[in-house]
Amino acid sequence: MNSGIPVQYFLILATVMFFTGIYGFLTRRNLITILMSVELILNSVNINFLAFNRYLYPHKLEGMFFSLFIIAVAASEAAVVIAIIINIYRRFTTINVEDVNEMKF
Amino acid sequence: MASIMFILFSAMIIVFSILTVTSRKILRAAVYLLFVLVSTSGLYFMLNYQFLAAVQLTLYAGGIVVLIIFSILLTSHISQKFESSGWKKNIFSAIAAITGAILSIITILDYRFSATNEAAKEVNMRLIGKSLLSVDYDGYVLPFEVISVLLLAAMVAAIVVAKKGAPKTIGLPKINQE
Repeated sequence: MNSGIPVQYFLILATVMFFTGIYGFLTRRNLITILMSVELILNSVNINFLAFNRYLYPHKLEGMFFSLFIIAVAASEAAVVIAIIINIYRRFTTINVEDVNEMKF
Repeated sequence: MASIMFILFSAMIIVFSILTVTSRKILRAAVYLLFVLVSTSGLYFMLNYQFLAAVQLTLYAGGIVVLIIFSILLTSHISQKFESSGWKKNIFSAIAAITGAILSIITILDYRFSATNEAAKEVNMRLIGKSLLSVDYDGYVLPFEVISVLLLAAMVAAIVVAKKGAPKTIGLPKINQE
């Protein structure tokens, strides 16, 4: 195996990062920090894909392309979310999720 | 050497991701997130995916973090501190996260991963470009086209949502009027 690091170490690292993101997602109340937790979660999944691809299927490229597409989806998601956040701030002058509880039009 | 780099990167990732979700100042949380993303791209370099590490650096660390920092500057005061959400919520979320992490780690350590004996494929730019545009068995032209439509839709949606609309259509009674 390359460089002697077992694949389990990468997976454990990604697991810790994923559940740190879950913790932030559950405790944070500001929309932007919730978005940052989601980015952490997506990033940890990318690490998993790449470790699996390099260690278990080094003759294929599926994991690499999957994480490439995940990065593209994450980028477009961040753009849309930030547009929504700016719109919410314009209307409610806050982005605290507990104060934004109306969908009245 | 490689194991030292791996320990360094993973320590940085774990410490800074915990700081990202616990920091009370929002701008600092964004900068810690930047450190996490840069160390992740270091891990990609260690795994020999140079193209993806460069994409990670430019798109995540360069694009998304800058976007997040801009929206932070637009929506909140820099020196403003969050009030901490109640200790009950913190403790229960921590219990949920730690339980999930322990279960996943036990499963990972139990599973026996079996590696193949096939030779590793050299990942270079020519191969990536050919795979992205090929319609063969290991081609990725369909997800490539779908992602291009998705990017266009996201761009249009972001512009439409964030622009100031005419008061007839979007101008609703303001909620917080002084």
